[in-house]
Amino acid sequence: MSILIDEKTKVVVQGITGRDGSFHTKAMKDYGTNVVAGVTPGKGGQSIHDIPIYDLVSEAVEATGANTAVIYVPPPFAADAVLEAAHAGVKLVVAITEGIPVMDMIPIMPELKEMGVRLLGPNCPGLISPGKSKVGILPGEIHKPGPVGVVSRSGTLTYEMVYQLTRNGIGQSTCIGIGGDPIIGTRFIDTLELYEKDPETKAVVMIGEIGGNAEEEAARFVQEKMTKPVVGFIAGRTAPPGKRMGHAGAIISGGKGTADEKTAALEAAGIKVARIPSEVGGLIKEALGL
Amino acid sequence: MNIHEYQAKQVFLKHGIPVPPGGEVAGTAAEAEAIAAKIGGPVVVKAQVHSGGRGKAGGVKLAKTAAEAKEKAEAILQLHIQGLPVRKVLVAPALDIAHEYYLGIVLDRQMGLPAIMISREGGVEIEEVARTKPEALHKLHFDPARGLRPYEARQLAAKAEPDGKVAGKIARVIEKLAKTYASVDASLAEINPLIQTPDGDILALDAKINLDDNALYRHPDLEAMRDPDTETDSERVARDMGLTFIKLDGSIGCVVNGAGLAMATMDLVKHFGGDPANFLDIGGSSNPDKVVTAIRIITEDPNVKAILFNIFGGITRCDDVARGLVEGVKQTGVKLPIVIRLVGTNEKEGREILASASGLHPAETMDDAVKKVVELAGAGA
Repeated sequence: MSILIDEKTKVVVQGITGRDGSFHTKAMKDYGTNVVAGVTPGKGGQSIHDIPIYDLVSEAVEATGANTAVIYVPPPFAADAVLEAAHAGVKLVVAITEGIPVMDMIPIMPELKEMGVRLLGPNCPGLISPGKSKVGILPGEIHKPGPVGVVSRSGTLTYEMVYQLTRNGIGQSTCIGIGGDPIIGTRFIDTLELYEKDPETKAVVMIGEIGGNAEEEAARFVQEKMTKPVVGFIAGRTAPPGKRMGHAGAIISGGKGTADEKTAALEAAGIKVARIPSEVGGLIKEALGL
Repeated sequence: MNIHEYQAKQVFLKHGIPVPPGGEVAGTAAEAEAIAAKIGGPVVVKAQVHSGGRGKAGGVKLAKTAAEAKEKAEAILQLHIQGLPVRKVLVAPALDIAHEYYLGIVLDRQMGLPAIMISREGGVEIEEVARTKPEALHKLHFDPARGLRPYEARQLAAKAEPDGKVAGKIARVIEKLAKTYASVDASLAEINPLIQTPDGDILALDAKINLDDNALYRHPDLEAMRDPDTETDSERVARDMGLTFIKLDGSIGCVVNGAGLAMATMDLVKHFGGDPANFLDIGGSSNPDKVVTAIRIITEDPNVKAILFNIFGGITRCDDVARGLVEGVKQTGVKLPIVIRLVGTNEKEGREILASASGLHPAETMDDAVKKVVELAGAGA
């Protein structure tokens, strides 16, 4: 088992002919992901990497039965692309695009919720169930199948943690980047709920960062609802207040959202928090009783 | 991006939010004197700088005469507030105040909607009110696509002002501020204080607007308000190149791909006893020119004693970073020690390129790399 994606996942790529879309479609296909269709308006009827291209997501879904969409379209068109996918009938939309205005995201969230469509991202690296499927831009080769779920607001920091786990001989069930924007479709608590239900996942690594209060929210969830051990890490201990640290959501404002505050909330909920990234492997081994 | 008070007031006026009339911005003490003379009465001289606590830092002064306004402006224009130089002052009429309110709109991430907040306790730090007297802060979420309904604005205003006539005026400001927030793609819009004059008029005495950087492409008029003084030359060069660079005070220059890893790298530098000189995210794309620019920016900082590259290749290819590194070293002639840790996509090719360069210190893990750079920075200090 794994969560959200597995061997049965059939992917349609929106923005498949763009530079990033094309490159990562090939990488997904090479990893073994079942990429069934691509969409670029005006290029319907062509193909790329032996994958048929359609003008509309609805045509692609009808022709191929795609159940998951991944979005590489430029920011001004990305929120619309998410809605197009949702209305075409896919159940999971993964928005890789970075730089979507918040005001574009706000109105589409209730609509997605009403339709029961899950959005991952935007501004995220996607997700991978090692050995089964990857949707997004994560480097497949550093992962290995196993019992640990990894969820993070960051991309490369997640790779760093996964790399360590794999080098320590610990595999992963599903690794998810939820994205660095202020408004995101899937939050820490949503993934924790799924990990808790997934029989293959035995422990979870949660990687947070400064800004917002998603980590505090997750800490409450872990304390009240989770039986599986969670190991945490918070990035941005040395970040100066008021500066946006790369991610649109990574900012300490009005003295709120600091790493110390988040670490304290996690620890109060019984979560072991790694002080430095290299401690994560050891803490997970301990949690798994290895 | 943040804009100054005088710019935010221009935006307010455009959207029909009343501000004290006759205020103008001055870059010199003589200009401030001329504006004060035109206003003809007591004025307030306010530093235009992107930081809170202007009053406490001596950046806001009353002046009874034009000559006094000149004097105050002279002093304020020499200030640095939280490290930022004051280059402009706003000279505006000093008004009699019957009451001060707080009115602000911020994004509530958890709800996924903007929240309007109003309090009868204005003119003080609102975080303080929220902490010590939460019942004095009234909150309402609204959907910016649907807009705030007039009756919602009236209900909210009534919570902060018992006099129905005055509350009606506040309600109109709330409505207009909600419209402004949505139409300029703000991440924060704040009036603190919103004042009632002895005549019962409502005016925005202060104004603060922060904008969503991701939406600036559709607001060229607001982009044009960017104050070049609020970012260093290095920060501007970095932004033009698509790098995220934030200058800090330490001695270890950091070049990292990805925001989370960049933060974690800074934290680790601190953990092992060093001090990061910057936050620098070269982003996801594989462009050697970005790396060259990164090295140039970092080596311009005289505090930097050693440089750390921490690259986890995903979309970023290690060979591209290596090529940029070799080229950057050549172009800048940098003599500082450089510790480099490369993992991931095209790692082997990257290492081969670096093997030919001299003066580089390779490292296997993030811990090793950081320990080594801290040691080298200490030795060079």
